[in-house]
Amino acid sequence: MSTAIDNIVNQPYTAGFHTEIETDSVARGLSEDVIRTISSKKNEPEWLLEFRLKAYQHWLTMTEPKWPNVTYPKIDFQDIIYYSAPKSKVTKKSMDEVDPELLKTFEKLGIPMNERAALAGVAVDVVFDSVSVTTTYKEKLAEYGIIFCSFSEAVRDHPDLIKRYLGSVVPYTDNFYSALNSAVFTDGSFCYIPKGVKCPMDLSTYFRINTQDSGQFERTLIVAEEGSQVCYLEGCTAPQFDTNQLHAAVVELIALDDADIKYSTVQNWYAGDENGVGGIFNFVTKRGLCKGKNSKISWTQVETGSAVTWKYPSCILLGDNSVGEFYSVALTNHMQQADTGTKMFHIGKNTRSRIISKGISAGKSNNSYRGLVKVSPKAEGARNYSQCDSMLIGDLCGANTFPYIEVANKSAMVEHEASTSKIGEEQLFYFLSRGIDSEEAVSMIINGFVRDVFMHLPMEFAVEATKLLGLKLEGSVG
Amino acid sequence: MIIKNAETILSVQNLVASIDDTQILKGFDITVKAGEIHAIMGPNGSGKSTFSKVLAGHPSYTVDNGTLEFKGQSLMDLEPNERAKLGIFLGFQYPVEVPGVTNGSFLRLAYNTVQGARGKDELDPLEFDDFIQSKLTLLGMDASFLERSLNEGFSGGEKKRNEILQMSILEPTLAILDETDSGLDIDALRVVANGVNTLHGENDAVVLVTHYQRLLNYIEPDFIHVVDGGRVIKTGDKSLAHELESRGYEWVLEENRSRAA
Repeated sequence: MSTAIDNIVNQPYTAGFHTEIETDSVARGLSEDVIRTISSKKNEPEWLLEFRLKAYQHWLTMTEPKWPNVTYPKIDFQDIIYYSAPKSKVTKKSMDEVDPELLKTFEKLGIPMNERAALAGVAVDVVFDSVSVTTTYKEKLAEYGIIFCSFSEAVRDHPDLIKRYLGSVVPYTDNFYSALNSAVFTDGSFCYIPKGVKCPMDLSTYFRINTQDSGQFERTLIVAEEGSQVCYLEGCTAPQFDTNQLHAAVVELIALDDADIKYSTVQNWYAGDENGVGGIFNFVTKRGLCKGKNSKISWTQVETGSAVTWKYPSCILLGDNSVGEFYSVALTNHMQQADTGTKMFHIGKNTRSRIISKGISAGKSNNSYRGLVKVSPKAEGARNYSQCDSMLIGDLCGANTFPYIEVANKSAMVEHEASTSKIGEEQLFYFLSRGIDSEEAVSMIINGFVRDVFMHLPMEFAVEATKLLGLKLEGSVG
Repeated sequence: MIIKNAETILSVQNLVASIDDTQILKGFDITVKAGEIHAIMGPNGSGKSTFSKVLAGHPSYTVDNGTLEFKGQSLMDLEPNERAKLGIFLGFQYPVEVPGVTNGSFLRLAYNTVQGARGKDELDPLEFDDFIQSKLTLLGMDASFLERSLNEGFSGGEKKRNEILQMSILEPTLAILDETDSGLDIDALRVVANGVNTLHGENDAVVLVTHYQRLLNYIEPDFIHVVDGGRVIKTGDKSLAHELESRGYEWVLEENRSRAA
């Protein structure tokens, strides 16, 4: 395969550095004691400890899912550190109190923790290993009645909301990793948009795993009240270690009548080296509930990192006329494996869903789309359109599509289209023979391939994602 | 047109080239001067398409021997895009489809890249739009062509027209058109031929690679070369094309065999 393609898909991982910072960790392994320790470190109320312990008991009865089209060494759940936090962590009132090492870390990653230096109008919650270290623009958002804070603060300051919604979309019984997360989750982001409010800025959480052998188990909970709107962004990176780290997050979204949640992820966890050593296991449960009528939840994800990805952002379309969308680009290279897709459950009348999935496989990687479209008997007039395209770069990688369609209402309309293409010598030669150099050719081809998805990303994120894929926009000098 | 003392655009001598260790070109010779139109004809598998790809620099082929010069400059060490910037254009027999990349943005990038190499100004999207209108008209193409994904879902005729459209904006000094007539109905053939005739002038040269004489009714060549076994075995004027049309290739091949014996 040509060196141009290699150069483009083999961009070095620039987020792979490790920050030397004193941490407060619990000993390796998982037990009731560990869970009690985590809970007491976080000064949690009794009901939350109970929730954790119930989840833990349930988890003990479960086994890891074997159906994804991925292989990886057995995870030793007793060899993981379940809690690791930068020391001297008290709730920070201002940025000046944040550890300068942390500030430097996030500066290096291009994440502004300082509001003055912040990206135009994006509020950021920053999660470092197990805890949220800061949230920007909190006061400004509070003027609109918007709550945007770390999960721990939400438990302390808004217990009623958390009690009401925690586990309401992804119960701890849902699957092996959601049970594990419910038992040991340490932090994450909480976001509440009151009735009729259009969030004036994009909200964003940035996740960073720093400690070797620590797992990251965060929860994100977003509640959009009647007629509200929010655009939420999530980014993630980790240092380069030769051991695997587990990331098992749970994200729950709730959209009430006429509410609109747009959730975008650019996932750039460390993917391991070209021989498949190291990298993150990204086993995440993301689900949105379109509870109210005319509500809408839209997932956009750009998955470039992780050694193994296992992730299906889904929508439960309960409210009549509600809309679910899933736009995904998954790039795998070297020995990476991804089994990702979505589930759309049509329950309400006239519910609509749209799935656009673009898989790019390079190296010896394996990239699978797995999706379920389920139309319940009562979902009169449900509509789904799915399009799953795969692009192969080279001869050693694989792409698979596993679409599942279950329709129990005869008025439903479900469409599925799939294609597989290959960037080969012929395509490249065509561009070259018109004077275009190979780097520009590859970026143009990949850029064209992902266009339908990238147009759904917020502007700054689209730029970031384009860079991440090693793409250069048309007209830029190769 | 044959012009006295015209500049030599292409000089190929004893060109030997192979793919996957199989020799396809076995001593190919051709000289093309400014203003001329050459037709390379021959039976399937004779090496005529290989010649066009080697000339454009296709990476699957290796040149084992011989010389390949464009305006006196050796092309041997040049990448395909460098050759394109010098003014060499290959019209593809099977143009590739590229989903999501609009035809318009591809054309503009190609145009600006080649213009840049010639030290000329690049055009922004609006300027390019104006520029390309006349070219579209020449080839009877609708502006909606620019919005469509590059060659995706194009009919055979649309793909070939799109090739000539690219030729029209890149203004090559040497255009090699590989089986541009294949898969075209008579109307499309006329449009394509008219395009080539309009674009061709005294400072550039055209090499048509074709299996059939049909195209040559619309684009009149100055020279015809019959290729077999990876080399030119007979060269003549346009009357040779008619003879091939009525008598087939066999007599030329036979003539060549008896000469070799």
